[in-house]
Amino acid sequence: MEFSWMIGGEAGFGIMASGLTLSKTFARGGLHVFDAIEYPSLIRGGHNTYMVRTASREVHSHTGYIDMLVALNEETIHLHKEEMAPTGCILFDGMHEPEDRFGVHADISLFPIPLGDIVKDLGGQPIMRNTAAIGATIALIGYDLSLFENLLADMFKHKSEDVVRDNIHVARAGYDFMMNNHPGGSGIIVKPADGLRRMVVSGNEAVGLGALAAGCRFYSAYPMTPASGLLHFLAAEERNHNLVVKHTEDELAAILMAIGASHAGVRAMTASSGGGFSLMVEALGLAAMTETPLVVMEAQRPGPSTGLATRTEAGDLRFVMHASQGDFPRVVMAPGDAEECFQAAGHAFNLAEKYQVPVIILTDKFLTESHKTVDGFEPVPVDRGELLDHAHLDNITDYKRYEMTDSGISPRIIPGHRKGVFIANSNEHDEHGRYLEDPLNRTAMMDKRMKKLEHLAAELEEPHLYGPKTADLTLLSWGSTKGPILEAMMLLKNSDITVNFLQILNLYPFPREKVTRIIKSARLTIDVENNQTAQLAGMIREYTGMKVDEKILKYNGRPFTPEEIANRVAEVVRHG
Amino acid sequence: MAEIQDFRMDKKPVWCPGCGNFGILTALRGALADSGYEPHQVMIVSGIGCHGAVTQYVNANGFHSIHGRTLPVATGIHLANHELSVLAMAGDGDGYGIGMGHFIHAMRRNMDMAHIVHNNKLYSLTTGQTSPTTDKGRPTKSTPFGVIEIPVNPLTLALSSGATYISRGFAGDPPHLRKLIADAIAHKGFALVDVLQPCVTFNHVNTNTFYKERVYKLDEDGNYDTADKMAAYERALEWGEKIPIGLFYRESRPTYEDEVVTIRDMPLVKRPVEGVDITKTMEQFL
Ligand SMILES: Cc1ncc(C[n+]2csc(CCOP(=O)(O)OP(=O)(O)O)c2C)c(N)n1
Repeated sequence: MEFSWMIGGEAGFGIMASGLTLSKTFARGGLHVFDAIEYPSLIRGGHNTYMVRTASREVHSHTGYIDMLVALNEETIHLHKEEMAPTGCILFDGMHEPEDRFGVHADISLFPIPLGDIVKDLGGQPIMRNTAAIGATIALIGYDLSLFENLLADMFKHKSEDVVRDNIHVARAGYDFMMNNHPGGSGIIVKPADGLRRMVVSGNEAVGLGALAAGCRFYSAYPMTPASGLLHFLAAEERNHNLVVKHTEDELAAILMAIGASHAGVRAMTASSGGGFSLMVEALGLAAMTETPLVVMEAQRPGPSTGLATRTEAGDLRFVMHASQGDFPRVVMAPGDAEECFQAAGHAFNLAEKYQVPVIILTDKFLTESHKTVDGFEPVPVDRGELLDHAHLDNITDYKRYEMTDSGISPRIIPGHRKGVFIANSNEHDEHGRYLEDPLNRTAMMDKRMKKLEHLAAELEEPHLYGPKTADLTLLSWGSTKGPILEAMMLLKNSDITVNFLQILNLYPFPREKVTRIIKSARLTIDVENNQTAQLAGMIREYTGMKVDEKILKYNGRPFTPEEIANRVAEVVRHG
Repeated sequence: MAEIQDFRMDKKPVWCPGCGNFGILTALRGALADSGYEPHQVMIVSGIGCHGAVTQYVNANGFHSIHGRTLPVATGIHLANHELSVLAMAGDGDGYGIGMGHFIHAMRRNMDMAHIVHNNKLYSLTTGQTSPTTDKGRPTKSTPFGVIEIPVNPLTLALSSGATYISRGFAGDPPHLRKLIADAIAHKGFALVDVLQPCVTFNHVNTNTFYKERVYKLDEDGNYDTADKMAAYERALEWGEKIPIGLFYRESRPTYEDEVVTIRDMPLVKRPVEGVDITKTMEQFL
C-alpha cells in the first residue's frame, strides 16, 4: 500500500499545520510517512501545498504523482491536475461538480464537499476547513478516524476542552459527510498497520534533538528560512533542557556568541542559511584560528542573494568547503535524512571538540522542513576529546594552549583555572597564544592545525553504498537527494537496468579512497545534484582525479521527485 | 588578593612611544587589582586595532577576536560562564564603526560587563583614516578633503540605548581612569568607559595637551547628579573649551543574565554534557 495526498491553497489557510496532523495520524496507525511542503515567501496569498506520502514500508521521499488532492481553492486544481495519478481523486470545497470538471481527466473522480459550510454550521473558525478535509480524507480511504481524533485531543489539550471538542466535531462532520454521500469511498484504501508508533520529525527538529542529546547548551541564531525551524524548536526547549537560546542582532553576533560560549567551555551551535552564513564567514575563520570548537548548520536555499527564499537547492557545497580566508581544517557533513540529521549533530559536537575545529552540517530546505517517520534515535556517545580537567591543571606549571603535538591537537581547558590562563588569538600566535610573526612559528602552527585532518579523515563515516555491489550504473550524490534516489531505485527495480548509489555522507575531509574505489569499479557513473554546476562532480575530479560520466541536475528551486530521477536515468542509459 | 603586578605580563608593548594606550593599560591593571578578581577569574576580549594588543599585556584570560566583534564574543563567554568577570575592549573604529550594531544591542541587553573603548578619534592601526568619532571637516588619509559626516557621540548614544553605567576617562590621567574602570567592573550591568586616547602618530589635533587644557572632572562638581539622565545628556553634549570626564550616568536595572532562567542556579559551563535524556522531548513528535 502506498498513498500520496496533497492539500493546496492560499498561504494563511493553515495548510502546514493540517498536513502535519495527517502525517501524524498515519504514523500513529503504524504507517511510515514522508511529507514535503512548498510555499512562496509570503505570509498571505500565493499557493501553498503540503504533500503527505504514506506506506506500510519506509518512505524516503515525496513523489511526483498525487492520489488524492484536497483543493482549498480552485487554483490548486489547475496547478496540480497534471500530477494526478491515473485513478486519483480530488476533494474540493464546493457543493457540486462544475460542468467542465475543471478540465480534469475523466478517470479522476471529483468529490465536492462544502468545507466552509460544515465549519460555519458548527461555529468553527474558517481555518478548521482543513480539519474537516482530513476527516473527509479518512472516510474516503477507509482509515481509522479515532486515530485522528486522539491526535486532535493531544494537540489541543493545552488549550482547552472546548477547542478539543470543536475540532473533533469538525473532523467528524467532514468524515460523516463523505460516509453519507460516498459510502463506497474513493477506491483507495489505507489501513493502519500493526507495529511501532513512530515519530514524525523534520530535519531541523532532528538536528535539534541531536544537539540536545549531545549536551548542547548554547544556541544563538538569527532567523532565516529554512534554518529558523531549528531556532524555534530549541527556543521552545530552552527551559526543559537548561540551555541558552539567543536570537541575536544578526548572524555575525550569532556565530560570535557561539564561539564565545564554546571558548568558555560549553557545547555551542549556530545555524543559518546561505545569506546568513555569508555573514558568518569571517568568524568561521576566527574559530579556526583560535581552535575553538564550533558547530554550524547551513541550511541551503537557492541563491545567489535572496534567491528563492522558501525553496530548495544544494548549491552551497563549494561555498562552505572554502568559506573564510586561509587554509584551515574543518568538517563538512551532509546528512541525507532525519536519522542522519540526528546522528550528524551528535558527531558534529564530538568532532568539533576532539579536533577543535569548525564543523558544518550542510542541510537544505527540502531536508530541514520535510518530515519523516523515524523509529527512534540512538544518541551518539559524548566524546569531548582532550579536555583537561581542573584536577589535571593543578599539576601543570606552564600551560600551553596551542602546544605542538604529534596529532596537532593541543589539550584544551575550560578557562577559569589559576594555572590555565591563556590568550585565544585571531592573530597567528605561539604555543601560549601570544601574537608571533616568526616565519618558523607560522609554518609550524599551520602544519599543526592542518595535521588534524589526517586523523579526522580516518574517523569520519565513509560514503554509503546502496544497492548491489556492482551495477549497470552508479549514482553519486550527497544530502537530501538521498531520499528521491532511493525511491527512484525502487522504481527502476522492475526495469532491466541495475543501479547502485553512493551517498557521500561526509564531504570534507573528502573520502578520496572509497570514492575512487567505487568509481573505478563502476561501469557508468551519474552525478545527481540539486544545483546547476555539479559541484560534487567537480570535487570528485579535484580529489580523486576521476571524471563522472553523466550528470542529472535540477535547479529550479524544487527537489527531485523519484520519477524524475528514474526517467532521466533510463534516458541516460538509452542514449548514453 | 591579587596585586597590580599579578596582572602584568613581561612583554614590551608595541605601541608608539607616548601612545595613550599605555595610560589605559596602567589604569586597567590597577582597576583589575582593585576589583578583587584574580587573573584567572577575568576574561578580557579585544577587537582589532592598536588597542587589540591589550590582551597581550595583561596577565588574565584573553580573547583577541576580530575587528568590531568583541561584544558578541564577550556576550557568549559571559552567558556560558557568568562567574567570569568579562571586559570587552574596543577601538573607536572597532566599537563605534564596524561594531556599532553590537554596541547598541549590548547596551539594550544590559549584560554584566565592562566595555572600554580606546577612542583616539581615528583608525590608527590602518594608518590614520577617519573614524566615526573624527570631527566634521577634519582631513584624514581617507577623507583628504575633510570628513563630511558629523561624529557619533558615544555617550548620548549610550544614554538612549540603555547602558546602565556611562563614563568617560582620559588616558592622560591613569589614576582617575583606574577608578572609572574599577567602578565599571564593579557595576552590575553594562558599563561603558569611553576613553579619550591621544594618538601621537596620526592625530595631531586631539593631543595630550589638547585634552589636558580642556578636561574637567564631573565628580568634582558637587551638584552633579549621576542619576539624572537629562543632566547626563547635557554634559554629554559638551565638547569644546571644556570637556567633561568621569561618571555621567548610572542606573540600576536587572541584568540580562538575571532574567535568563536557565542560568539562575548555575553557569551553563557547570552543567553536565553527558547523559542528557531526550525521551520526554521526543513525545511531542508522536
Ligand atoms: C573586517 C575587517 N576590516 C578591516 C580591517 C582592518 N583594520 C584593522 S584595525 C582597523 C581600524 C582600527 O581603528 P580603531 O578600531 O579605531 O583602533 P585603533 O587602531 O585606532 O586603536 C581596521 C579597519 C580588519 N582587520 N577587519
